[in-house]
Amino acid sequence: MEAGARAERGLGGGLPAWALGVIPLALIAIAIGGFALLGGPGLGDRSGPPIEEVAIEQTVLRPGEIELTLRNDGPDPVEVAQVAVNDAYAPFVADGGREIGRLSSTTLRIEYPWIEGEAYEIFVLTSAGGTVEASIPVASETPENDVSFFMLMALLGIYVGVIPVSLGMLWLPFLRRLGPSWMGGLIAFTVGLLAFLAIDAGLEGLEIAAEAPAAFGGTGLVFVGGLVAYLVLAGIDSYLSQRSRAAKGSGASSAGAAYLALLVAIGIGLHNLGEGLAIGSAYAGGALALGAFLVVGFAIHNTTEGLAIVAPLRDEARPGLARLLGLGLIAGAPAILGAWIGAAAFDPSLAALLFGVGVGAIVRVIVQLAPAMRDPEGRLLYPVSVLGILAGIAALYLTGLLVSV
Amino acid sequence: MSNFPFVPENPKNGISRRRLLGGAALAAPAVAGLALTRGSESAVAESPHRAGHAGHSEFPHATFASGRSVDHKSNGFHPTELLRDFDYGKTRRLAGGRVLREWEIVAHDREIEVAPGVKYEAWTYNGRVPGPTLRAREGELLRVRFVNASEHPHTMHFHGLHSALMDGMPGIGENRGGGQIEPGEDFTYEFDASPFGLHLYHCHVAPLAAHIARGLYGAFVIDPKAGRPEADEMVMVMNGFDTNFDLANEVYAVNTVGFHYVDEPIQVQRRSPVRIYLVNVLEYDPINSFHIHGNFFNYFPTGTSLQPTEFTDTVIQGQAQRGILELEFPYDGDYMFHAHVSEFAELGWSGFFRVGDPSRMPAAAAASMYCDLPWGKGSPA
Repeated sequence: MEAGARAERGLGGGLPAWALGVIPLALIAIAIGGFALLGGPGLGDRSGPPIEEVAIEQTVLRPGEIELTLRNDGPDPVEVAQVAVNDAYAPFVADGGREIGRLSSTTLRIEYPWIEGEAYEIFVLTSAGGTVEASIPVASETPENDVSFFMLMALLGIYVGVIPVSLGMLWLPFLRRLGPSWMGGLIAFTVGLLAFLAIDAGLEGLEIAAEAPAAFGGTGLVFVGGLVAYLVLAGIDSYLSQRSRAAKGSGASSAGAAYLALLVAIGIGLHNLGEGLAIGSAYAGGALALGAFLVVGFAIHNTTEGLAIVAPLRDEARPGLARLLGLGLIAGAPAILGAWIGAAAFDPSLAALLFGVGVGAIVRVIVQLAPAMRDPEGRLLYPVSVLGILAGIAALYLTGLLVSV
Repeated sequence: MSNFPFVPENPKNGISRRRLLGGAALAAPAVAGLALTRGSESAVAESPHRAGHAGHSEFPHATFASGRSVDHKSNGFHPTELLRDFDYGKTRRLAGGRVLREWEIVAHDREIEVAPGVKYEAWTYNGRVPGPTLRAREGELLRVRFVNASEHPHTMHFHGLHSALMDGMPGIGENRGGGQIEPGEDFTYEFDASPFGLHLYHCHVAPLAAHIARGLYGAFVIDPKAGRPEADEMVMVMNGFDTNFDLANEVYAVNTVGFHYVDEPIQVQRRSPVRIYLVNVLEYDPINSFHIHGNFFNYFPTGTSLQPTEFTDTVIQGQAQRGILELEFPYDGDYMFHAHVSEFAELGWSGFFRVGDPSRMPAAAAASMYCDLPWGKGSPA
């Protein structure tokens, strides 16, 4: 210890602390500047042909027109030369210019008489002769982003988010009739539901991230989103519990239950944000027919989420109706927001990040809920809790079969 | 000029009507919440009709994007000129009275533009793709001095009657300076012009498909001793370019530049004989074809007989197959010709013959017979 302190004095001399902090930064700046000015001495020119990496970010279909948004994901600028749809060159206009700089994007409006329900393969030919491929599995007109469309998406969010979650919460009176020995099993059931949602959202996020430009992080965004959400929720949690301890809150157990319910609602809400995003973008992309079956399926699927929210409230004296409604909105309404974002401004990178956030939030909620699952002997996994978890997973798996998009 | 096909100057009619319909279809489900699913189903049912109708009128056929054209000057060759460019070489009489015909062909690596804005690292004979159309007469002695100025080994392999040493085949004749010709080396092929007909030459170095697809090929015409009847003669080498090297072509053409003869139709005279030397060198696709609109032609496979085998409007050729087409255009107007492998046609292998001169006709008559295109309205290119 002493030796270290001496060495520090020896190196730093009499300089103030801030100078010791700034000097390395300045040296790095000088080194980078010099390196750039000299054109990277010793490295020589990069050999080989230019590397072209372009991601298709968005596909929009209008009558007689296909619109593609391309993002240059590689190290070199890319110039769009020609475009062919189903092996036929087609006239197009590039709104952002034909040349795409690194990480920039452009939008190609391709004149093509596409036909509803057919599949299309598009290749964009670059000036270097490379091709970027896009596919439209089932062509269908992309809805215009006008007011009526936003209303439609809101309605969709209410159908699949708010209503079923609220309905699921109506199980509360039933839960209260069950004996106290059921409590651990109920919480376990919730944990099972959440675990399934976390896995589901994680996989979906990874799938979307695979299409996102690698330069923005790609699949890494899912993990970053998850980690950030987990840490932020953990930070909020510790702050709130510190404050409630300071306020010497009376009825600690009841406040804890309400708090748990709120956490579950937030976790599910973040998950539904991702779900809405997926539904909205699938609808906008024509990959999703808004059949009654699908809406019903999502509704049943999400009803179980309502049950998860009220499970911690079983022992609470009398939760107000307003608070229950609030919880329902927190859990369900993000589906509306998600549907809007997904339909109007779908971006695979953003979607991957949001799915990651959902996963992180849910994992945090599971960690939070787990202690409430313990039996009187303090065990976490015992027959009832294990059965509860499995039942939760099974419930979402089975209702999920109704909505395999 | 490569702005084909034009965007109509006033497309507003179609578009505004479509917008209105689209808006109405979408508004319905949002207003009546319970009708959500039914509303969107009816929108789906209507759409194909709308999309189909409105689209086609603005899309006469496949084409490159407007606003830019191939830089023929920097390419070093022009498909319109190349069409009627026959290279007769240099001749002199040998002692016995026989004609000796000589050429010098140099292989170069060269970047060419095969579609507007699309560059391709080609390998060329005499800097052009296809290589020069070598033309001789049956019975002459032919000498082709081949100089390899490329960075890769190449040969010239002629289709015709010749000895093994003159075959341009790697592995045969290296000990006598032939076989595979390495960069910086040269070799002179010598053989008789036989048999008469339409042939081709190409590089035969392995990997063969790559050496051919890069552009090392050309037509080789041997006229019969008595010649052929007078006609407006042209060479069409059907080729393609695998620009991303995935063993499939991205651009198809006759004489290299996709859609070139759409931008610059081939000018011909009405009721005047036309002879087309048609060669297929297309790599990576098993067949190619040629089809002409509003006309029929006599077809002479390989050109080795003076009697046509068929009177038709479509012929199919495998790789290295070739034949001579003889025809006359009975009417004025623009007549398309293209591969009847429609995929190739829409990826560049399309063109037009322009019969007569629209600028010498009353506007109304011209408008109904010639393409309604920027170049169709004024003077032809």
